[in-house]
Amino acid sequence: MSPVELESRTSKIATDLKELAQDIVRLAMNSGATAAECVVREGDEFSTLVRLGQVETLKESGSKAIGVRVFNGKRAASTYSSDFSREGLDRMLKSAIELSRITSEDPYSGIPEPEQLGSLFNDLDLYYEDVYSLAGEERISYARRTEKAALDYDPRIKNSEGGSFDAATGHKVLANSHGFVGEYCRSYCSVAAVPIAQSESGAMQRDYWYSVARSLSRLESPEQVGTIAAQRTLRRLGARKVKTAHVPVVLDPLVARSMLEHIFEGVNGDSVYRGASFLAGKLGEKIAGERVNVIDDGTMPGGFGSAPFDGEGIPTRRTVVIENGVLRSYLLNSYTAKKLGLQTTANASRGLAGTPGISPGNYFLQPGSKTPQQIVGEIKEGLYVTEFLGHGVNLVTGDYSRGASGLWISGGELTYPVEEITVAGNLKEIFFNISEIGNDLEFRGSVACPTIRIEGLTVGGE
Amino acid sequence: MDKNRFFFQHYGLTERNLEQYLAAALSAGGEYADLYFEYLSSTSLSVDESMVKSASQGISAGCGVRVVAGERTGYAYTDDLSSQRILQAARTAALIASGPAKSPTVGFQEKATRSLYPVTLPSVDAEITAKVELVMRSDRAARAYDPRIKEVRTSYADELRNILVLGSDGTFAEDSQPLARLNVSCIAKTDGNSARGSAGGGGRVALDFFFGEKTPEYFAKEAARQALLQLDAREAPAGEMEVVLGPGWPGVLLHEAVGHGLEADFNRKQTSAFAGLIGKRVASEKCTVIDNGTMPWRRGSLNVDDEGQPTQETVLIERGILKGYLSDKLSARLMGMADTGNGRRESYEHIPMPRMTNTYMLAGQDDPTDIIRSVKRGVYAVNFGGGQVDITNGKFVFSASEAYMIEDGQVTAPIKGATLIGNGPDVLTRVSMVGSDLKLDEGVGTCGKDGQAVPVGVGIPTIKVDRLTVGGTARKDASSFMQ
Repeated sequence: MSPVELESRTSKIATDLKELAQDIVRLAMNSGATAAECVVREGDEFSTLVRLGQVETLKESGSKAIGVRVFNGKRAASTYSSDFSREGLDRMLKSAIELSRITSEDPYSGIPEPEQLGSLFNDLDLYYEDVYSLAGEERISYARRTEKAALDYDPRIKNSEGGSFDAATGHKVLANSHGFVGEYCRSYCSVAAVPIAQSESGAMQRDYWYSVARSLSRLESPEQVGTIAAQRTLRRLGARKVKTAHVPVVLDPLVARSMLEHIFEGVNGDSVYRGASFLAGKLGEKIAGERVNVIDDGTMPGGFGSAPFDGEGIPTRRTVVIENGVLRSYLLNSYTAKKLGLQTTANASRGLAGTPGISPGNYFLQPGSKTPQQIVGEIKEGLYVTEFLGHGVNLVTGDYSRGASGLWISGGELTYPVEEITVAGNLKEIFFNISEIGNDLEFRGSVACPTIRIEGLTVGGE
Repeated sequence: MDKNRFFFQHYGLTERNLEQYLAAALSAGGEYADLYFEYLSSTSLSVDESMVKSASQGISAGCGVRVVAGERTGYAYTDDLSSQRILQAARTAALIASGPAKSPTVGFQEKATRSLYPVTLPSVDAEITAKVELVMRSDRAARAYDPRIKEVRTSYADELRNILVLGSDGTFAEDSQPLARLNVSCIAKTDGNSARGSAGGGGRVALDFFFGEKTPEYFAKEAARQALLQLDAREAPAGEMEVVLGPGWPGVLLHEAVGHGLEADFNRKQTSAFAGLIGKRVASEKCTVIDNGTMPWRRGSLNVDDEGQPTQETVLIERGILKGYLSDKLSARLMGMADTGNGRRESYEHIPMPRMTNTYMLAGQDDPTDIIRSVKRGVYAVNFGGGQVDITNGKFVFSASEAYMIEDGQVTAPIKGATLIGNGPDVLTRVSMVGSDLKLDEGVGTCGKDGQAVPVGVGIPTIKVDRLTVGGTARKDASSFMQ
């Protein structure tokens, strides 16, 4: 195939990095590599935190780094550097070639076949210069307004970890010895508030809310974000423990995402070929409730998980992972696809070093038709979870046990806040027991999930 | 000042340069400025399906400039160590202040520091073939342990971090910090049943550490043993009960339940459940909790922290009474307390903040076997995954990966992994027995705070907590039934 030239919305792309990546690939081949791949990453970040009305931190910087992966037949190795001097790059290449002599021959290793490589041509709407368009004082004002809205909302909001405004841009370049070269830029901005409420007894609760967007113009207003943060914090005041119980559990969208992440880890090709996932070998089988449809789509315009090509230079795509509860596809890169005798789903993620991993694109559970209020309204006694604590999830067995806090559901209403409890079960059953899915799908990151109701969990308390 | 040192050699820095950078950082006023130079080289290897599938090496270097004005911090960094770029970063960080330029103290002073990890050959410079041998040996040992061990992944990673910290108060500190870790994880399978186990360790050590007592075989056997044990694990109970923690890594309880809540920044801002509790009882008489950055070879140890302050041993809780916080320079100044040498950061891209080093509870008088014998019905947890805490309401969790039931004073069946949840400010008041067997972890801990990861250590003797909520699934243990 011919090298892919990417259209870009911006003239800011520094094409010299593309030439540099291609040069490194050429130099690696001249030094005896049988295949090579080079990644360059460049980024800028700005962040400010305002606490109790005063600027607490201001951070502004940029950095870049380069990584190379070389193959010596079926042996692979990788190196990286933040030093772009001639000597720095030479040393990086030389160590990569040397390292590739000590690794093992792996019959499945290699870069993708030339015909697999390419890049989406349509504009994915990922880069807006406006994230940096605010003057310094205005950026601080975004953070200040977000916090102020939270502090002003209720006198019980007495303290704060602050309001923040962050902006960042990133530029990625990938080139390999099969002629692929591609690049793209992505931008990001966010506002957040972390208020602290105090009850008459002195007990404190903290929660947060945020908005994130690729363009400043799509960011929710600081006032709206601060207000929701305050509401989420206040509803936790006076939380108590409950007795151990077996009741329906409703996960709010923010925490419901974690269930989707567990499915992702379960269908991640790396765990599948090793048999380290309880979903390994279940293609075509029913693994979840009838209403469960899970999609991974790296091609959504403006998506937080979108990119024109994956970490190996393969065009991203849309993959149906679960359809009506049936496992339709794992999520794979080219290595795990070869190991499993399948086609890659273009989910390769490439850090600076190491072999490519697997990460989701825009990954979500398709919404249902009920509102969150309807879902809660149907429950006599139950738990509405707004936060999980800890990582007590075992992907090999599916065993699941996490700390939680939230609100107790009684007579179809959210009543009092609860905390210091656990939620436990087994993911194999949990996915089948997703009995309701809300209509409130909203992307605040690359993984999104509506409100869900799960049966059969143990709530551990007093 | 000795000019034959790392950054002076590598980047041609001069004392005059450094004073110039600090002057630029204070060009808009501000009380304090510092420079943090970092040069990090690292290696990692991983073995999967008995093949070395991945080997990588890399170098990351840069300089972070911080300016402090009152409670405000300005920060900028550069990965290009040219004069021009460092000056640019200094001027950016300077924008946090607004006032007449200040002058840094003339002349740098280096404090006497310990030498806690004096390696002659840092592992990062050791022969790669020796490291390959380590991971291959652990792979073979895990597979040889039992035919039911079907999948093994082993990895080795090391790094050498050279740092140079210069402060406008004359602070000058250099350190060369090695870190190495070996890890083994495996999956045991029988018909229709599988389970995982993992083990690892290391510290600020040279490669020879892994050829001594803590061999690849030692970690491999431990990982395999845990996986096999889990094959027969039964459901964990749910609800409040007596919990006995074994010695060593279960000290993660202290890290989550009290350690984070005692970091000075949270207390300065009054956002911690421990705020205002100095001098108050937060634990039983039997509990004394220490943070100690000065333990030789330990993963959490440092000769100097990332602000150039020598580390120390700090008493957090003495016989149940809260004694102190862990501070960095900023919190120490704003709170009028001593800097405990706990200012740490992940890298030159990050602003330092108070962090733990090695956090542990001192040994008590109780015989560990008596502790178990005293329990009628409870859980004995000896290994954990990780934990997490909400420092504001004090609720913390930690997840057991190896635990057993205790029935009538006897350790009986292994139980499945379960999360334990409690309340930081009062969980230690329920510690009724403290064993004589203090042990530190093997050197695997990494702590995250505000998105920054740093290596830490934890330790604890066998202890008994009279009441803690165990997050299991066993139905018969439910103390009540609703709906």
